[in-house]
Amino acid sequence: MDRIDRRGFLECMAWAGTGVVWTAAGGLLASRPLTSAAAAAEAPAGGFSFVQISDTHVGFKGEANKDAAATLQQVVARINALDPAPALVLHTGDQTHGQKEGAFDTVAEILKGVKAERVFYLPGEHDVFLDGGKEYLARYGKGTVGGRGWQSFDYRGTHFVGLVNVLKYKGEGVGALGEGQIEWLEKDLAPLGASTPVVVFAHVPLWAVYPKWGWTTEDAERALSYLRRFGSVTVLNGHIHQVLQKVEGTVRFHTAMSTAFPQPAPGSAPAPGPMKIPESDARRMLGLREVTYVPGRQALAVVDSTLA
Amino acid sequence: MTHPKIATRWRRHAALGVALAAAALLSAGHAPASSGPAVGIKDHKYAPTTLTVPVGATVTWTNHDEDPHTVTSATSAFTSRGLGNEETFAQTFTRPGTYAYFCALHPQMKATVVVK
Repeated sequence: MDRIDRRGFLECMAWAGTGVVWTAAGGLLASRPLTSAAAAAEAPAGGFSFVQISDTHVGFKGEANKDAAATLQQVVARINALDPAPALVLHTGDQTHGQKEGAFDTVAEILKGVKAERVFYLPGEHDVFLDGGKEYLARYGKGTVGGRGWQSFDYRGTHFVGLVNVLKYKGEGVGALGEGQIEWLEKDLAPLGASTPVVVFAHVPLWAVYPKWGWTTEDAERALSYLRRFGSVTVLNGHIHQVLQKVEGTVRFHTAMSTAFPQPAPGSAPAPGPMKIPESDARRMLGLREVTYVPGRQALAVVDSTLA
Repeated sequence: MTHPKIATRWRRHAALGVALAAAALLSAGHAPASSGPAVGIKDHKYAPTTLTVPVGATVTWTNHDEDPHTVTSATSAFTSRGLGNEETFAQTFTRPGTYAYFCALHPQMKATVVVK
């Protein structure tokens, strides 16, 4: 299975001239940190940028990170140092480490300090597995479709769709969107012109990264069938705590780093889970993602930067 | 698979079961009873995957992963909270039967307790 095709690699390489340096290691792409000065140079008139953070896992305490709240704080400081400031922040789930008591409060408190117009959330399986999403939806369900956590909104001509694929965890423990949400998506996208840039964000990857570890969404293909007519689709996921990319026609898939701990590359360990490595090494595998929309350019610029 | 009749009877005795489980937890304190039947959780696997115990036995699970896991009955007969690293869960089995369970966070993790 080819996780990154040549075309995708070349598309990513296209950004090398504008401040991002991509490196291929073990067949996977990773980007080097980008300074905020380089980001500023990239932000054009009429464009805007937003930040994706993911898998904050507050409550986690392990070898790779003794304090997941502290690394989240550092990431927030990084976001607040971006110039220009991002318009939005998207949190792609697993705010908490297994719904650890008090973790939702800690995340909310830390993210109050983010300098952005708004923060959008969706759940990861760690946020909902104990109570079927009761606490999560009580906090973040307001304003979402039927209070069920998924939503769409428009920002300066770009259509954003936040999908929930962790409430129907079943069988082999893979992501699933479910019939109701897919039907909603079809209706939500129907009135949009094909030239509208679309950003889709969801916790579990919407492509088959590594089904054996549950790193896939079983009914994603149906959702994607409604997205393929658009000229620019950017799919942002979390869950796997590492940067992977894939390009399929006009659809670009990106998974993000965690702000808490890295996970092993697909199949490189007996099981997924926190890598047991020194904190100093882990910092090089934690971080955030800045996405910049450039009018007239089909692909959004996706820049991943690490804490170290 | 738990026999439906056993599951029903289990539910009827749920209050007693919870009380016994609580008592087992209290008596065990923070250190699991080392002599009792035990299941370890490591690398997203329960070991052993099938554990056979006599009626009345208290089984203790210990999570050795940094990922949280649960011990969740396939028939809702019992469930643990999310177990953090080196946290334990104890459950007393008062009725014979085959109790399939899984991890609510990683449903591909499955195992069974057989009570004879």
